[in-house]
Amino acid sequence: MIGTTTSMTLGGHFTYFITVFLMVAGLFIVISRSNLIKKLVGLGIFQTSVYLLYIAPAKLIGGTAPILSDTFTVYSNPLPHVLILTAIVVGVATLALGLALVVRIRESYDSIEEDEILELDSHTQDHGKTT
Amino acid sequence: MNLVPHLPALQVVVPLIAAPLTVLLRRRSVAFVVALLASWVALAISIALWLQVAHSGTITYAIGSWPAPWGIEYRVDRLNSFLLVLVSAIAALVLPYSRASIEAEVPPQQHYLFYTMFVLCLTGLLGIAITGDAFNVFVFLEISSLSAYVLIALGRDRRALFAAYQYLLMGSIGATFLVIGIGLLYLMTGTLNLADMGQRISNVQGTRPVLAALAFITVGVSLKLALFPLHQWLPNAYTFAPSAVSAFLAATATKVAVYVLLRFYFTVFGESAVFAKLPMEQMMLVLALAGMFAASTIAIFQTDLKRLFAYSSVAQIGYIILGLSFDSVSGLTASIVHLFNHGITKGAIYMLLGCVAVGMGGTSLARVQGLGKRMPLTSFGIVIGGLSLMGVPGTAGFISKWYLLLAALEKGQWWLVFLIVLSSLLAAAYVWRFVEAAYFREPRKDTADVAATPWLMSVPTAILVIAIVYFGLDTSFTIGTAADAATALMGGRR
Repeated sequence: MIGTTTSMTLGGHFTYFITVFLMVAGLFIVISRSNLIKKLVGLGIFQTSVYLLYIAPAKLIGGTAPILSDTFTVYSNPLPHVLILTAIVVGVATLALGLALVVRIRESYDSIEEDEILELDSHTQDHGKTT
Repeated sequence: MNLVPHLPALQVVVPLIAAPLTVLLRRRSVAFVVALLASWVALAISIALWLQVAHSGTITYAIGSWPAPWGIEYRVDRLNSFLLVLVSAIAALVLPYSRASIEAEVPPQQHYLFYTMFVLCLTGLLGIAITGDAFNVFVFLEISSLSAYVLIALGRDRRALFAAYQYLLMGSIGATFLVIGIGLLYLMTGTLNLADMGQRISNVQGTRPVLAALAFITVGVSLKLALFPLHQWLPNAYTFAPSAVSAFLAATATKVAVYVLLRFYFTVFGESAVFAKLPMEQMMLVLALAGMFAASTIAIFQTDLKRLFAYSSVAQIGYIILGLSFDSVSGLTASIVHLFNHGITKGAIYMLLGCVAVGMGGTSLARVQGLGKRMPLTSFGIVIGGLSLMGVPGTAGFISKWYLLLAALEKGQWWLVFLIVLSSLLAAAYVWRFVEAAYFREPRKDTADVAATPWLMSVPTAILVIAIVYFGLDTSFTIGTAADAATALMGGRR
């Protein structure tokens, strides 16, 4: 689990730097790559950075789940953890569907490069639409 | 057991349960009946909820009996009861239509999965509309989006696959932006309940994370609702999807995204914060006008009717955002009415185009030559839809445009009145492209034997076309609800 310390400014914001770096890197890959799989990888990184955005501020070092007991005094906020479990499921579903689409695209275009596919499509204007 | 108090939950649960049932039952006719029943029950529930809200005010429902700020709350007010009626009514009409429509467009062994995805998409859209919980909005948004990607990919053309892929990328980026925004709001307010968030945000109003959240949510949702420069996914998705899917998504998906924007702007951030801290008013005005003009102009030069009307959708979204940018009750009323009126208009047009695709074997302008002779009623229906897009009196589109003009006048912005009328002329130009092909060209020889439209397709389509005219004449339902909803939203002025 990623730890956060709020004492030092730089250290305290460490996770945010990582989060933003991953976010921008992921988005950059989606936009700049032409390979459909690489785009999905970028999308995955982008989505994962959000998990960090939620989890990092919610986790305290040494914190446990909120259990009513005298032995535990430091609790982590469980809600963001649970939310991100849901977001992970959504991310997996998105990635799975995206990859399935890429498989189908490869079957019908014989390519997974965006520019090649657009090139192929520009030749089939107004054909194939009708049978 | 009394089911009435549980209607808000059932609104979402009924289609949600229907989805796995359609997979388990497998037989496509059985799956069709299950999906149809679910959508009709959803329509009945939404009408019951609308009546209940109109009669006795906002309904709140605590899921699992966990009280509001902790548990997930479903909250039905004037605005979302109106939207629930729109979404479930369109679904209830498109589902019977889809049975005959997908016959020609989707391989038979995939039909039951089509119904699964359709009811899942319906579940997601209804869920977004009804929920009062920020994270729940995201979850339902993804349910509706993921099933929408699949539905689009079912299109016969291989370009449907790539359109679905592009939509998946842009849609996921939009949804992730929304989660980032919600996450920042949660960090600042410590709550996920939208109404609760709206109250607690006043303590942290104007701080940088809240402004960042506003920016992230605006961009993310704008991607989903296809606001002008973020609309790239829409034309391909609508063009290559099966006709029934185009009709359903064009009528509901972007409208529900507009609702999400309204909900966050007015319930969470508070109208004053959105429009005072940032130049949102000017920004939205510029983007709305750009959309109205650029997309309408692009539409004029399209050679395929489905694509033509897809660009028209982008332009019409411009009108909705224009009403929002006025930051006044009348502007908001115009936006909310246009949500509904454009929903039924575009739904009807895409259903009619589906009939054309079955009858004439395609929807390119070259193929529909002489449609007025070959399929006179269908052709006439498209003209009515086109008139509504232009905003001719007697159609639903006129009502919303009239209110938009009133709102512009109220602001004293005469030049906007001029621009709205001018963009309607552009709409007239692209509708004329269809009229010219359908009525002033001789029919092609190879379309001589048009297939008759199955009654399952023609009856729901006819109902929706009649609705365009009906809501152009009797506005008590649409304007009445929208004005109430707009007043309630703006009532949150701080």
